[in-house]
Amino acid sequence: MKLAYYPGCSGQGTSAEYERSSRAVCAALGILLEEIPDWSCCGSTPAHACDHVLSAALSARNLSLAAAKGADRVGTPCPSCLANLKTARHRMEDPTFRGKVNALLDAPCPDTLPDTVSILQVLVEDFGVDAIAEKVKKPLAGLKIACYYGCLMSRPADVMNFDDPENPMALDRIMEALGAEVVPFSMKTECCGAAMGIPRRDISARLSARLLETARNFGADAVVVACPLCHMNLDLRQDQASKASKSAFNMPILYFTQFMGIALGLASEDLGLGKLCVSPTGLLQKMQNAKAAADAKAATDAKATTDAKKAEAKAKAAKAEEGQA
Amino acid sequence: MKLGVFICHCGSNIGGTVDCAAVAKAARAFPDVVFATDTMYTCSEPGQDEIIATIKEYHLDGVVVASCTPRMHEPTFRRTLERAGLNKYMFEMANIREHVSWIGKDKEANTNKASELVHIAVEKLRRNVPLFSKSFESTKRVLVIGGGVAGIQAALDCADAGLDVLLVERESYIGGKMAKLDKTFPTVDCSSCILGPKMVDVAQHPKITLMAASEVTNVAGYVGNFTVTIKKKATYVDWTKCTGCGACTEKCPAKKTPDKFNEFVGPTTAINIPFPQAIPKKATINPEFCRQLIKGKCGVCAKVCPTGAINYDMQDENVIETVGAIVAATGYDLVDWTVYGEYGAGHYPDVITALQYERILSASGPTGGHIQRPSDGKEPKSVVFIQCVGSRDKSINRPYCSGFCCMYTAKQAVLTKDHIPDSQSYVFYMDIRAPGKLYDEFTRRAMEEYGTQYIRGRVSVIQPDGKGQYIVRGADTLLGKPVEVKADMVVLAVGIEGAKGAAKLAETLHISYDGFGFFMESHCKLRPVETNTAGVFLAGVAQGPKDIPSSVAQGSAAGAKAIGLLSKPMLESDPQISVVDIKRCVGCGKCVKVCPFQAIVEQDIRGEKKAQVIEAVCQGCGLCTATCPQGAIQLSHFTDNQILAEVDTLCRC
Repeated sequence: MKLAYYPGCSGQGTSAEYERSSRAVCAALGILLEEIPDWSCCGSTPAHACDHVLSAALSARNLSLAAAKGADRVGTPCPSCLANLKTARHRMEDPTFRGKVNALLDAPCPDTLPDTVSILQVLVEDFGVDAIAEKVKKPLAGLKIACYYGCLMSRPADVMNFDDPENPMALDRIMEALGAEVVPFSMKTECCGAAMGIPRRDISARLSARLLETARNFGADAVVVACPLCHMNLDLRQDQASKASKSAFNMPILYFTQFMGIALGLASEDLGLGKLCVSPTGLLQKMQNAKAAADAKAATDAKATTDAKKAEAKAKAAKAEEGQA
Repeated sequence: MKLGVFICHCGSNIGGTVDCAAVAKAARAFPDVVFATDTMYTCSEPGQDEIIATIKEYHLDGVVVASCTPRMHEPTFRRTLERAGLNKYMFEMANIREHVSWIGKDKEANTNKASELVHIAVEKLRRNVPLFSKSFESTKRVLVIGGGVAGIQAALDCADAGLDVLLVERESYIGGKMAKLDKTFPTVDCSSCILGPKMVDVAQHPKITLMAASEVTNVAGYVGNFTVTIKKKATYVDWTKCTGCGACTEKCPAKKTPDKFNEFVGPTTAINIPFPQAIPKKATINPEFCRQLIKGKCGVCAKVCPTGAINYDMQDENVIETVGAIVAATGYDLVDWTVYGEYGAGHYPDVITALQYERILSASGPTGGHIQRPSDGKEPKSVVFIQCVGSRDKSINRPYCSGFCCMYTAKQAVLTKDHIPDSQSYVFYMDIRAPGKLYDEFTRRAMEEYGTQYIRGRVSVIQPDGKGQYIVRGADTLLGKPVEVKADMVVLAVGIEGAKGAAKLAETLHISYDGFGFFMESHCKLRPVETNTAGVFLAGVAQGPKDIPSSVAQGSAAGAKAIGLLSKPMLESDPQISVVDIKRCVGCGKCVKVCPFQAIVEQDIRGEKKAQVIEAVCQGCGLCTATCPQGAIQLSHFTDNQILAEVDTLCRC
């Protein structure tokens, strides 16, 4: 499977571990990512908040570059980039809008621009959950995980065209395929505060705290995310959420690609686990303990069977001896 | 031939955009027209009297009225002609209202078009001949389909009037949705206490034959003489022997059978009697869960049955019955609310439908009338009601109001407070629709005396908080603020649609239905219980959302229509049917194949095969006429010559 790849700016900085683990997982599964040459920023939140045409032009430039390389689809890990790239293409179906965008570009973009998909969608729909399950080497047995999708991944529904906008299941299905127990987390698509963390830290702290508290109520050991900004609010700013809600959270927040990497047995330096603010050590320990317990049980069971067999053989031999005597 | 033409102004309805006097003037130039005039209201008494007087004065042979749609007043004017001594088929109508004045603003163009339509009608009328009905006997027996409260009322009224009634019910019991309700608004009286006696009346009425666990699968024939095929579904219990003692239900080991009557709130047994007051009080085996029927091992019920009524080999059985009229009262089902992911898509145990809540409230329900949450059996202290779940929602193609949810929600809030005095109920609503007698007063009582908090706004999401409660988040549009309520239980006022299978039944009955499974009445205001198929009437929610009093009223109305129809000693046949010209017929048999009513048979005339129309069965659809390669079958009143004359006139205009 081949895919034009748009890493996005946050992948170069704050979410480098998401970027790195996405590449590692795709490589391990045989999905070839071809980075778009000379890609530029999609404009992120500021661009579309100021000017739709300008924002679309930034996305259109990247999509044109991908089209020039013959790509019919672009994959990106970041939902915010995804939303911008997809929305730009959607808006440019209107010829007037398209004209305005083309006026800003060095050259008008081609008639058909490639569609954009999230790496999550590629893994769930193209590669397939069953195929992922087959590749698992170290199951996430014993872990309870809350799946948090954020606002953007499946919404607006008619643009994103992916999963259920109110009750998405993609992450749930992947985590189950990896052997984890998925808790019935009810705030899958609630807002974490997003970019409000900069102008109004109190808002993002309050909203993030609510997510963390609900995940804890459901007994989650960790929260899995698919968005750099969600990750920042829940992981980097977890202390702020703790202070805002007067509770001490210690909830590891991992990207789904990191969990996948762990389960596929990839090297931890490829997954960037060391970049996480809330340490996943306890989590990994719990996984190992669960495995050790399972192994021990298996060993005891096996020993019990061998012992039973031995005893049986002994008894038989004794009987035979008796018979001879 | 002498013809008269009357152009109706219909007040300003037609006169506003059509020059009626000019149309009348133009009509005087059409062949055979000896009189033409314009009148203000042709359908009024003076208007009709004028037609009669003119017929007599000018010795007219036929009349054209240019006014509204023939669906509205063709029968009216035909009667006028009969009163004047003319054959009623010597009449033609030109629709210059719906087809002209209401759809165009250009007066000149409208006037031209109206003149052309009148010209067409005149040319058709010149080729009309008097037609005569034949009379035939009808079967004095009524089929009522659906044993809910509407069907029960229709059955009882017909039976009391002396007609034999066949009441067919799909489930194993009658009572329909009303039998599942705990109390009824606005009086809060017990549903089964007011419905129960009516159900008993049905069972005991000597004129009513009750066929429960049965379905109508085919309807042939015509008004007065329908031949109906009814499938009696296998219940695996011989109801002639079953006494309803319940010994089998106590011993049945398949105790995890889904309980449809209790809306799946709790489990039941594979053999069961749905509720204590069930009519008929007979046991039925659910074959999907009966161990004997699945695995061939068990047979406990057969062992304990004191009358030997259990029969595991029972098969479905088809019965054929003849009836003169049919009342369709098939009721409703709930909209599939699991499409709402934001309400948990059916995965949250304590988010239930209002109908499930009725079963929880009911003393004969799975919790014995104690309000308990399905998840842990605890008594909820905070209950949120959400209205319009699947009603008035274009996004799921259910744009209509389900009619009675506002009222039962108020009732359920009142009952919640009665059961649990320290509880608090919240109702999220769009508008409170309480237009019935004592209805608005009742909703006010729920608010003012029972302290129910009414919040005007929609709920955006229900979220379990992980500690056993649900966060209900919505908008209070009166305050203009978002609100959050912590709830122990959420009750959804789920909207309704036509009963499952209603569309199929409508096709069997040859009646129309809408996109939501509701049957179409003949006229939404003036013929609300009739259908466009003679002899088939509608009652209850099958026709559209309505509450119990309206359903009962419509049941009585449909019953009265059936009684009226069958009280005539003889019925008149419609002479607008196909006629075979034996000389032209080559016996190819194509008409026999296309006839949707099996009204054409082959006959042998002097060794030659010829088509023959069974007059009583022919519905006058005209398929055979269009199919016949020889033009040998002609539809009376719509012959090829008549239609060609109309087309010809239009082409020459």
